[in-house]
This record gives sequence, C-alpha cells and structure tokens, in this order.
Amino acid sequence: MARNLFMRLLDAIPTVFLVLALVFFAMRILPGDPALAALGDTATAEQLALLREQMGLNDPLWLQFFDFVKGVLTLDFGRSLSNGRAVIDLIAYNLPFTVELTIVAMLMGILAGVPLGVLAATNRNKLPDSGVRVFSLIGYAIPDFYLGALLLITFALNLGWFPINGGGVGFADRMYHVFLPALTLAFVKAAFIGRLTRTSLLEVLGKDFVRTARAKGAKESRVIYRHGLRNALLPITTGLGLSLLATLSGSVAIEMVFNRPGVGKLLVNAIAERDYAVIQGGVVVFAMFVVVINLLMDLVYIVVDPRIRVKS
Amino acid sequence: MTSLSETPAQLPAQPNTLQILVSVLTARAGTIFAVCVVVLFVIVATLAPLLAPYDPLSQSMIKINQLPSAQHWLGTDQFGRDVLSRIIFGSRNSLLFGLISPLSAAIIGTTLGVIAGYFGGIVDRVVSRVIDLLLAFPELLLAIMIAAVLGGGFWNVIFVITVAFVPGFARVARAQTMAVKHEPYVEAAISMGVRTPAIIFRHIVPNIMAPIVVLAMLWVASAIRLEASLSFLGIGTPPPNPSWGNIIRDGLNNIFGSPWPIVGAGAAITLVVLAFNLVGDAVRDALDPSTTSSN
Repeated sequence: MARNLFMRLLDAIPTVFLVLALVFFAMRILPGDPALAALGDTATAEQLALLREQMGLNDPLWLQFFDFVKGVLTLDFGRSLSNGRAVIDLIAYNLPFTVELTIVAMLMGILAGVPLGVLAATNRNKLPDSGVRVFSLIGYAIPDFYLGALLLITFALNLGWFPINGGGVGFADRMYHVFLPALTLAFVKAAFIGRLTRTSLLEVLGKDFVRTARAKGAKESRVIYRHGLRNALLPITTGLGLSLLATLSGSVAIEMVFNRPGVGKLLVNAIAERDYAVIQGGVVVFAMFVVVINLLMDLVYIVVDPRIRVKS
Repeated sequence: MTSLSETPAQLPAQPNTLQILVSVLTARAGTIFAVCVVVLFVIVATLAPLLAPYDPLSQSMIKINQLPSAQHWLGTDQFGRDVLSRIIFGSRNSLLFGLISPLSAAIIGTTLGVIAGYFGGIVDRVVSRVIDLLLAFPELLLAIMIAAVLGGGFWNVIFVITVAFVPGFARVARAQTMAVKHEPYVEAAISMGVRTPAIIFRHIVPNIMAPIVVLAMLWVASAIRLEASLSFLGIGTPPPNPSWGNIIRDGLNNIFGSPWPIVGAGAAITLVVLAFNLVGDAVRDALDPSTTSSN
C-alpha cells in the first residue's frame, strides 16, 4: 500500500510540471506588455525599460521559466502590479475563505443529497422519487450565480436575515457570512449527490447478497444502510471528488455574487485589472487544487475499496 | 456498438432514424415541453430584431430602473434600457455559442481521438497524457483559467469553451476507435490495401459517430451555461452587447435599483438549459440504450 501511495505521488509530479509550463507559456504568448500594463500609458521609455529589466522580461525564455518554477516552489509569485503587495500574501489572505466556502457547501450538499438519494431509491417510481428527480433536473439547469443572486435578493436584501457581503470576522460571524453562499453551491451538490446515491443504491440493492440478507430476515433499515449504502459508497465517493472540483469552480462566481473574499474573486478582479502576477498566482493555486484533489481521490479509493489494494 | 452477428436479427423491426427520433421526443410530456422550449428559443434568437420591442442598446436617463409595466414587460435597467429586449437579443449569443462550441470541439476532439486511437504508440501516449491532464479540470474552471489568460471577446469565448470540451470528445473518440479498429471489416480493408485516410474516413469515423453526436447534444446546454458564467464574470461577451450572463452581472451591480434583469435573464438560462438537457437525455436514451439510466 505504501508503494502504491508513493507511485501516485510520483505520477503527480509530471502533471504539476506540465501545468506550470502551460500557465507560463500561455502568459508569455499573450499580446500586451506586462510592464506597460503595470505602469500605465504615461510611463516613459526609460521607466519601461527599467521595469522590464527588473521583471526579468529581457532574460531568455528558458531562464524566465526556470525563475518562474523556482518562484512557485519557494511560494514567491512576485508582487501585484496594481497594489504592490506580495501575491503570496494576497493568496494567503483569500485562500481560507474559499476553502471554508467549499467545505461548508460540500457538507451541506452531502447531508441533504445522500438522504434524498436513499429516499428516492427506497420509494422507487413513487412520489418522493419523482420529487427528487424534478429537484435534480432543476439543480442541473439553474446556474449557481443566478440562484445565489436570488437568495441574496430574498434573504439578505429584502428579509435582512443575512449579510449582503464580506467574509466575516471570528468563527461564528464567518459561519454566518458563509451560510447563504454555501447553501447556493450545496443546492447544486445535493441534486448531483442525490441522483448519484439513488442510482448506486438501486444497483447494489439488486445484487444477490442483498436478497440473501432479506431472506435471512434482516431488518429493512439494516439491509439498506449496512448492506446497501455501504457498498454504494465507492461510486458515491467518485462522485464526491468530481463534486468537490465542481464546487471549487462554482465558488469563483459565488464569491463575486456575495462579494466575499476568496481566491476566485482575487483572480477575477486581477483579470479586470490585467494584473499578470496575480492572474498567474491565482491560476497556479487553482491548478494545484485540482492536482491535489485528484490525488486525494485516488488515495480515498484505496482506503474505501480494498480490491484496488489487492490488485496492484 | 452492435457486433456483426446481432445486426441482421434486429434489421426487420428497425424503423428509420427519423421515426425513432420523433417517437422518443414525443414519448413523455416533459420531453414535448422541452422540445417546444427549444423551438421557441431558436425562433426568438433568429427573429430577435423583429420580436424585441425596443433597441437593446438604447439608453434613456429618464426611464432608469422602472418596474415591469405595459410598455416595459420586464422593466428597465440602470441605463434605462428595456430588459425584455436585452434578454431577447441575449438569446442570440447563447444560441451561437451553444451551437458553435460543441461543434468545433466535436471536430477537433474526434480528430485527436481517432488519430490517437488508430495509430497508437507515441502519438497515443502524448495525446492521452494531455487529455488526462485536461480532463482533471472541471470545464468551468478550465474555461475560467484560459479566459483569465486570454481575456474576453467573441472568438476567445468560442476558443475557451471549445478547449474545455475537446478532451471529453477526444476520450470517447479514442476509446471507440480502439474498439472499432479490430472489427473484421476494418481488418479486411487493411488487408485489401485501402489507404489509411480512406479507412479512417470511410470505415472508422461513420461507425463512431453515434456517441459523438449524443455528447455534442448534451453539451449544447453546458456551452450555454458556460458562456453565461464567463459573461457573468466579465470574461465573456463584453458589454454593452447583451448576453444572459452579463445582464445578470449588470443586475447585481444595480441590485438596489431593480431585481428584474436578474430574475428575467436567469429564468431564461434555466429554462433553456433545462430544455436542452431533457432533449439531450431523450436522444441519448434513443441512440445508445446501454447508457439508459435505471428508471
């Protein structure tokens, strides 16, 4: 098993390297001059030349790439072109808000989605099943930023139950601020997880060992939770990994809707200001998220499904 | 894919594709509703200049933030523009991106997948590695990351959505090609000395089209959503051109003025995406019985 884990880790290294190369070269083939973007149109030719030299833009490309990779490895992404702060500080400030939003949204989504799926599967083709089906169809169709805007208008603006922006200070206040944004993302999660739980559970409940369990007189709740849901866990776990990535990408728009701090908002604002250093840092952070989550998913499979351990 | 041995048995009972399609699309009340919404959407988008009561760009300082009325069914925005007209014109953007992006992604992705699947070896290793890498990213996140680097605008959005969709097509095309490659008719063609491009276009591509078409249909809805999301984030269709995403963006900046732009444009996206999803599911169930969800 340790060897297995080690191989997965090794496999992630070329992926990380490829992602960094793509980010770097995509930023370099861009039309437009980062130095000009930083100084504005009023800059003199000497100022531009000086800044280009400082930013290393005159170095050969391979040396720039080397510096870039070295910067990423030492967590040095340079300074924001618009406010001069270190990009890593900006990320360090914003990251916890995004992580917090993603985790709370995932928890809400699982807590609502799994019971919904069980309800639908155990009442197959009856009213609760149709209800869950309609719910998931809407959940798949409604854009999260639209749902977020509706919740914001209704519960924050008109009813005044929740704050309309910001991230909050202190644990209780932060949970208060994260509730509506997380609920928005959780709605879509619940639709997806509910559907997935229903399908996987129905498949397991059709298996022979479930019939055996029923035949020997096990209680229905025991059949469903102990025999059914437990074996449906693997496909659900796969779905949760994908769902986690989707929540992360959804958080970008949600942070804009609720005007709360986060890496997504940092990135989108940087795009508007053409702040190359921050864009580069933000994109790398999201790419690392994806690599790490995929790695974690692989590890979770090994834990959840003993067959994988034996096979490899 | 049906193997040779079972095809003759099915032949007598098999109606033509159009008949299947019609019967599938009218089988359920939900699907009929979805087809109607899709048809309505296409009509509205193509006839937008005739249907819209006002010019979507014309501003008026004396008519800002009006509530819905007989003159302005969905009210006006912070620049006094008619919201309904903007939503009607916005549908053109959605239709355009909804059609062009999946189509171009299907062409590029299928080409890559077929090349990788047919030739194998080092080509396959390189293509597969890149596909795997891109597949690790959710489409929206990939689109945001690329748009972050490239910026918005019509062609950039087409490019961004296409890139986000290519890996999915490539993976399916590759897997299908590898399956079809060893069919007797392909081996027969090879042994008869048919040239490689002819084998690919005459024997491989027609036989892997069904799942590709289904995928393209399912992704029309995703493309519409993706364009709306990018425009909402300010990296899609640039203002003042109306797009459902940037109408909601403008609406959020004017949230104390009027909620109607958000409500209207969002409802339009939800309805159209829902309809395309339902139609896509129905077509998938018809063309590819193996993936039918357990109902």
